[in-house]
Amino acid sequence: MLQYTLKRLVVTFFVILVVSLVSFMLIRVSGDPAIALAGEGATQQEIEYVRHHYGFDRPLIIQYVDWAKKALQGDLGESPYFNEPVLKMIRERIGVTMTLGVSALLFALFVSIPLGVLASIRPNTWIDRVALTISVMGQAMPSFWFGLIMIIFFGVTLRWLPISGSGSPAHYVMPTIALGYYATPAFMRLIRSGMLEVLSSDHIRTARAKGLRWGKILYKHALRNAIIPVVALAAVQLGFMLGGSIVIESVFALHGIGYLAWVSIGRSDLPVVQAIILLLSMIYVVLTFLGDLLNAFLDPRIRVR
Amino acid sequence: MRKGWRKVLMGVVATVITVVFVAAPVQAGKKDDTLNIAFTKELETLDRYFNTAREGIVFARHVFDNLLWRDPKTFEYKPLLAKSYRWVDNLTLEVTLRKGVKFHDGTEMTADDVVYTLNFAANPANKVKTQRYSNWIKKVVKEGPYKVKILLKTPFPAALEFLSGANPIYPKHYYAKVGPKKFGLKPIGTGPYKVAEVEPGKRIVLVKNPDYFKDSPKGQPHIGKIVWRTLPEKNTQVAELMTGGLDWIWMVPPDQAKKLAAMPNIKVIAAETMRIGYLTMDAAGVTLKHGMKNDPFTKLKVRQAVNYAVNREAIAKNLVGGQSKPVYSACFPSQFGCTQDVVKYEYNPAKARKLLAEAGYPDGFTTTLYGYRNRDFAAAIVGDLAAVGIKAKLVMMKYSALREKLRGGKVQFAFLTWGSYSINDVSAITSNFFEFQEDDLARDPVVRDLLLKGDTSIDPKVRKEAYRKALQRIAAQAYWAPLFTYVSNNCFTKDLDFTPYPDAVPRFYQARWK
Repeated sequence: MLQYTLKRLVVTFFVILVVSLVSFMLIRVSGDPAIALAGEGATQQEIEYVRHHYGFDRPLIIQYVDWAKKALQGDLGESPYFNEPVLKMIRERIGVTMTLGVSALLFALFVSIPLGVLASIRPNTWIDRVALTISVMGQAMPSFWFGLIMIIFFGVTLRWLPISGSGSPAHYVMPTIALGYYATPAFMRLIRSGMLEVLSSDHIRTARAKGLRWGKILYKHALRNAIIPVVALAAVQLGFMLGGSIVIESVFALHGIGYLAWVSIGRSDLPVVQAIILLLSMIYVVLTFLGDLLNAFLDPRIRVR
Repeated sequence: MRKGWRKVLMGVVATVITVVFVAAPVQAGKKDDTLNIAFTKELETLDRYFNTAREGIVFARHVFDNLLWRDPKTFEYKPLLAKSYRWVDNLTLEVTLRKGVKFHDGTEMTADDVVYTLNFAANPANKVKTQRYSNWIKKVVKEGPYKVKILLKTPFPAALEFLSGANPIYPKHYYAKVGPKKFGLKPIGTGPYKVAEVEPGKRIVLVKNPDYFKDSPKGQPHIGKIVWRTLPEKNTQVAELMTGGLDWIWMVPPDQAKKLAAMPNIKVIAAETMRIGYLTMDAAGVTLKHGMKNDPFTKLKVRQAVNYAVNREAIAKNLVGGQSKPVYSACFPSQFGCTQDVVKYEYNPAKARKLLAEAGYPDGFTTTLYGYRNRDFAAAIVGDLAAVGIKAKLVMMKYSALREKLRGGKVQFAFLTWGSYSINDVSAITSNFFEFQEDDLARDPVVRDLLLKGDTSIDPKVRKEAYRKALQRIAAQAYWAPLFTYVSNNCFTKDLDFTPYPDAVPRFYQARWK
C-alpha cells in the first residue's frame, strides 16, 4: 500500500508541474499581456512601461521559473489589475465556489442514486430507459444553456427564485442544479451497473430466500455494496464541479473563483489566472489521488497492479 | 434509528421549501426609492486615476466633481467646482474656485485640494493609470485660498476637455493620509452621490448627497439610493430587468433589446454613442516590409472600391439599429473639427467593380479581414465585399492579440472601432491614428502635419481649418472606410425618467422616478 501511495504521489506531482507549465505558456501565447493590461487605446509608451514593469520582456522560461519559485514558497504574486495579493483574492472568493461545488455534488448524488437503483431493479424496461434519458440529458445539455433556461422558467416566468447573486441560500438553487445535473449520468450508470452486479450475486439470493423484505435487501445488502466506487468517483467529480463553476458562476453572477478566472482571462490578469489554474488542478489532482487511494483501500486488486 | 433519519429528511425538505419560496426575488425600484443598476465589468478600484474602464468614468461623475463641466447637449464648457476660469496666456489657465463646496465628510474644498490632486496626477512617479489625461500639466500653483493657476508644458487645446471629462478633485487631507489603495475602497468626493457601501468588484451602494452644492450645473440628485452591481452575463441582466430585480441596464444586443422593447413595463432607447466603426487599409505598404508578398491596398482605386462596396446605410439601419448613422468622415460628427465636407462614397457596387478592374483586379482579389468585436457586422461587410469580388476571409481575434498583430505590420485590412474616450474633439480619434503611430497604416506626412497643427494650436479657427484639410485628404485618399456610429441600447423600467447622451456616460444624478 505504501509503495502504491508513493508511486501515485510522484505521478500527482508531475501532473501539477506539467499543468502549470502548459497553462503558463498557453496564456502567454494567447496575446500580448502588456497590451491587454494597458487597456484599449493605450499608447505604445504606456504599453512598454507595463511590459517592463511586470517583467513581460524577459524570456518565457525565466518568467516561469521565477513564478514557480515564488509559488512554492506560497507567494502567488499580486494581481496587476487589482494591485492586491492573489492569495487574498482567492481566499475571499473560494467560499462561494466550494459551497456551489459541494451542493452540486450532493444534488447529483441525490438525483442519481434513486435513478440508478430504479433502473437496476427493472433493467431494460421503460423505467430503465426513462431513468437513463433523464440523466443523459444532464450531460448532453451545455450547463450555461440549461442555466439560462432555468432563469427564464423559474426566475422570469414563475418568479420563484432569485436570478443572480449569492445573497441567500435560494440564490444557490439554480446554479446548484445547473452544475450538479451535469454530473448525474456518471453516477447513475455506475450505480446501475454496480447494483445489477450485486443483485445477481449469491448473498442477495440467500437474503431473499431467508424471506427478508425487498426494500431492506436493496438498501442494506445491495446499495451499500454498489455505492463504494461512487465514493471514489464523487471525489473526482468534485474537481470537475469546481472547474465547471467557471461558466455557471458568470451566468448567475456568483463572485467565486470561477468567475474570477473568467474575467481575469479577458483582461490578461496572468498571476490570477495562473494561480486559479494551479489551485483547481491541484484540488483535482489531490482528489483523484485520494480517490485512487480509497479505491485501492477498498479493492485490494488495484494495489497489486 | 429509522425514525430519526426520517425526521432529519423532513426537516431538510421543509427548510428547502421555506428558503425557496419565502426568499422571493427582491423587488426594489420606485417603491423604496432605490435604483438598481448593473454593469458587466467590475472596477479594479474606485479611484478614477487608477482605473481604466468606462464604468470608472460613470462612477466618478456621480461621486466626484471636476473643475469644469461639459454640457452634454451643447458641448459647452462651464465651471463646476470652478467659479470661473480664464486663459492668462497659451500656457497658463487661471481658475477661481467656488466657496462653500463641501466634501462628503463635511470639510470644505479649497485650492489646496485642487493643487494637491492635479499635481499628484501629473507626477509620473505616482504612476496613475490615466497618464494621458494629466501629463499635459506642468504644475498647479496656489494663488489664494480659492484661486489656482494651471501651468501647461506646451499649448494643449484639449485642456478644458480633460479638466471637465477626467481629473476629479479629491480631498487632500484624506487622500494624502490613506493613499490610493484605501481611497479606492472608500472614496470621498464632492459629487451628488456619496459612497455608502463597497463590496469590491461586486456591489456599490450610493446614497444621495443632501448637501450637494446648490448651483452645480449638474443639478441636484433626485433618487435616494443607487445599488450598482457587477453582473457579467448579459442574458442574466436582461432576466433581472424583466423581473424587476434591476431597473436599468445598457449595451444590450439589438435582438434582445427588440424583445425588451415589446414588454409593457420596459423602455428601450438605442442611443447613439461616440464610438464609430471603420475599416483600416494598409495604404503605406507597411505589411510589405514585414514579409507580406503583395498589398492591393496601396492602390488608391482599391481603397476607393472598398469604400463604395460597403453598404453603410443598410448595416447602420438593420444591424446596429436605433440611432446609428452612416459615417463618411474619419471622426464622430459632433467632435470639434469633424468636418462633413469630404468626399462621400455612397454605396455603389458597380462603381466598386469598375474601380477594381481599373486597378488591375478585374476578378477581384483574396484578402483577410481582421476584427475583434461584432462578428455579425463584420460578416455583413465581408458579404458586401464579396459582391464586388473582394474575397475576404474573416478572422476574429481578441483585441490585445489583434492590436499586437496590427502593430507588428501583419494586418492589411481590419474592421476596428474607436470610442474617442468620449472626448468631443477630433484630436481624440483622427490624431490618434494618422500621426505615424505604430498602427498608422496611411503614413501620410501631409495628413500628419495638418493634424499636428490642429493638435497644438489653441486658436479654434486655425484648428478647425487644419482638421478640415486633414479629414478631406483622408477621405480623398480613402485611407479608411469610415462606416457607422455605434449605439448603446439603454433598457430601463418605465417608472424611470432617464436620458442617455452620445458620450455614453449615464447620468443617474439627473434621473428621477416618474
